[in-house]
Amino acid sequence: MPRHLWFTVLRPLSSRRRALLGVGSFLIPLAVWCAVSYLPFLWKPLVRVAEPGDVSWFRAGMLVDRHEFAKEAKRVAAEGGVRPEGTRANPIYLPAPHEVARALYTAFTTRPVLRGDAWLHESLWLSIKTIFLGFMFSSAVGVPLGILCGAYAAAARLTEPVVDFIRYMPAPAFGALMVAVFGIHLEPKIAIIVIGTFFQQVLVVSNTVRRVDPCLLEAAQTLGARRRHLLLRVIVPNSLPELYNDQRILLGWAWTYLIVAEVVGVSSGITFFINQQAKYRNFDNVYAAIIIIGIIGLTTDQVLGFFGQRIFGWRSLKPSRFRTLMTRLFADRYTVLFPDEPEEAKA
Amino acid sequence: MNAPPDTAASPPDYRVQSRAVAERFRKLKERPVVLDVERLSRSFESEGGPVTALSDISFQVHRREFICVIGPSGCGKSTLIRIIAGLDHPSTGRMLLDGREISGPSADRGMVFQGYTLFPWLTVKRNVMFGLEMRGMDKVQAEREALQWIDLVGLSRFCDAYPIQLSGGMKQRTAIARALANHPRILLMDEPFGALDAQTRAHMQAHLMEIWRNVDITVLFITHDLDEAVLLADRIVVLKAHPGEVQEIIEVPVARPRTPAQLMTPEFLATKARLEELIHPRVETPVTPAEPLPIIRLTQVGDEVE
Repeated sequence: MPRHLWFTVLRPLSSRRRALLGVGSFLIPLAVWCAVSYLPFLWKPLVRVAEPGDVSWFRAGMLVDRHEFAKEAKRVAAEGGVRPEGTRANPIYLPAPHEVARALYTAFTTRPVLRGDAWLHESLWLSIKTIFLGFMFSSAVGVPLGILCGAYAAAARLTEPVVDFIRYMPAPAFGALMVAVFGIHLEPKIAIIVIGTFFQQVLVVSNTVRRVDPCLLEAAQTLGARRRHLLLRVIVPNSLPELYNDQRILLGWAWTYLIVAEVVGVSSGITFFINQQAKYRNFDNVYAAIIIIGIIGLTTDQVLGFFGQRIFGWRSLKPSRFRTLMTRLFADRYTVLFPDEPEEAKA
Repeated sequence: MNAPPDTAASPPDYRVQSRAVAERFRKLKERPVVLDVERLSRSFESEGGPVTALSDISFQVHRREFICVIGPSGCGKSTLIRIIAGLDHPSTGRMLLDGREISGPSADRGMVFQGYTLFPWLTVKRNVMFGLEMRGMDKVQAEREALQWIDLVGLSRFCDAYPIQLSGGMKQRTAIARALANHPRILLMDEPFGALDAQTRAHMQAHLMEIWRNVDITVLFITHDLDEAVLLADRIVVLKAHPGEVQEIIEVPVARPRTPAQLMTPEFLATKARLEELIHPRVETPVTPAEPLPIIRLTQVGDEVE
């Protein structure tokens, strides 16, 4: 087999290389992080004091600017005192990977600081609920409205100018207003996510629907399809796979609105956790929480993508293994329920 | 009638019909008129003023006739079939289907497009069922009827396949089955085999002939392929471009049933020669002999290819 170059225009990668590069895309930033954290000569603008020596204001465990430390050490040495000792360190806001990795576990097991505060898993669950509700409310109206706008020029003209106008207003700007309307708990947060998602959603969906091949509509018309059927039997099924992908992207956007939504009213969910941990300077927990959001987002997207490919199997040439498996499963059940006649005769 | 000595050099007149063919045409004309196109015109607004795409088109199609429309590119043959299908509207003139005036698309005029236009999210079977379901037929009966039509076009093995899994010829067979399942009064075909390779195209032509022979269907077929027109048609409506007008309606003198073997018969060649003459008329002014292109030789001496 000829060896292919790694960089060839428009050539798809082999599955081995795909996997390799996919892992690599995570490993490279991780490697940079490790290097900065563990290689003693990289960056390290501070010194962690081990022995204060004769410097009156040094304490063990204190982080001091490197130049300040050197100056003090020189001064003390000149005065004939004991030199302070310490190791170079990074600022507190950049914990080492192993600390964050540990925090990924301990964040879940650590009791909340104050009584009544939420555990991490409770915070996460609340955030997921906020996202889910916000996204559902937005989609319940946004997707049908977008489809109507895509299908009928009149609906589009009546809707899109104002939607375009509101789209430019940052969702967090509505925060105070939403608190006034909905109170301080979950409702205004859901409302912010709806505001952040809905207007984009209408435009994205209508644009997707508008890309329907007009020839398909003409074919349907010559087959006797009328207005309602054209919409429900041609336009909607034709756009479904693209709409599904749009929803995946929009769900990602909803996550970006989560953090601003959660500081509206009473801070809650994962944002509350992050802010509180930052206040206590537990930056390892902060990183852990942010990474968990990433993991949840990526996993959801990958799972949705996996099912999308299988639901819309008619788009790929290859018969889907999932579909084949399903058919086989049900076919088997069918034969179990209705065994072939010869077997029956045997019995 | 003094026959020319060398038939190959000067083929018989394309208007001469054998007795059987003449008899067939006499009978054909006795059949009721299915489609009557009366003085149809279509003009478009453009930047340089109105452009006439079709001008004063009139012809009649009899029941179970196979009629081809042919013409040079830009003669408006696609516009014509789209107007008949109801996907475009005429500027003036009218069309009658079984004596009733028609406008707008409807299931009584089925159409097969060059681009297949199968619904990619439906299996072959569901595609064929589409029109039946639109008529409000219940699923079980629609499925039963659809399977018959799929059988007719020889795709029974593929009734659960999706269009993406089919070859071009199979897609077009599905499209034909889908249109026929609706029992249209007339089947409109807009260059349906234009995107197929030569071999598949020949198969499809034979297949279409076979279907047409066995199904009560009238066909209006658009093509730019002269052989295809002569091979398939009872009559050929020849259009001329700028503006699109009917130049001549030719009664094809080739006997039926048709086979590709007839491609070399004198009647066939005569008809084709006439079409050639109408569609690619010899230009009066002699074309100035092409000046040699200013290309210098870039090859080595002794490496000539001709």
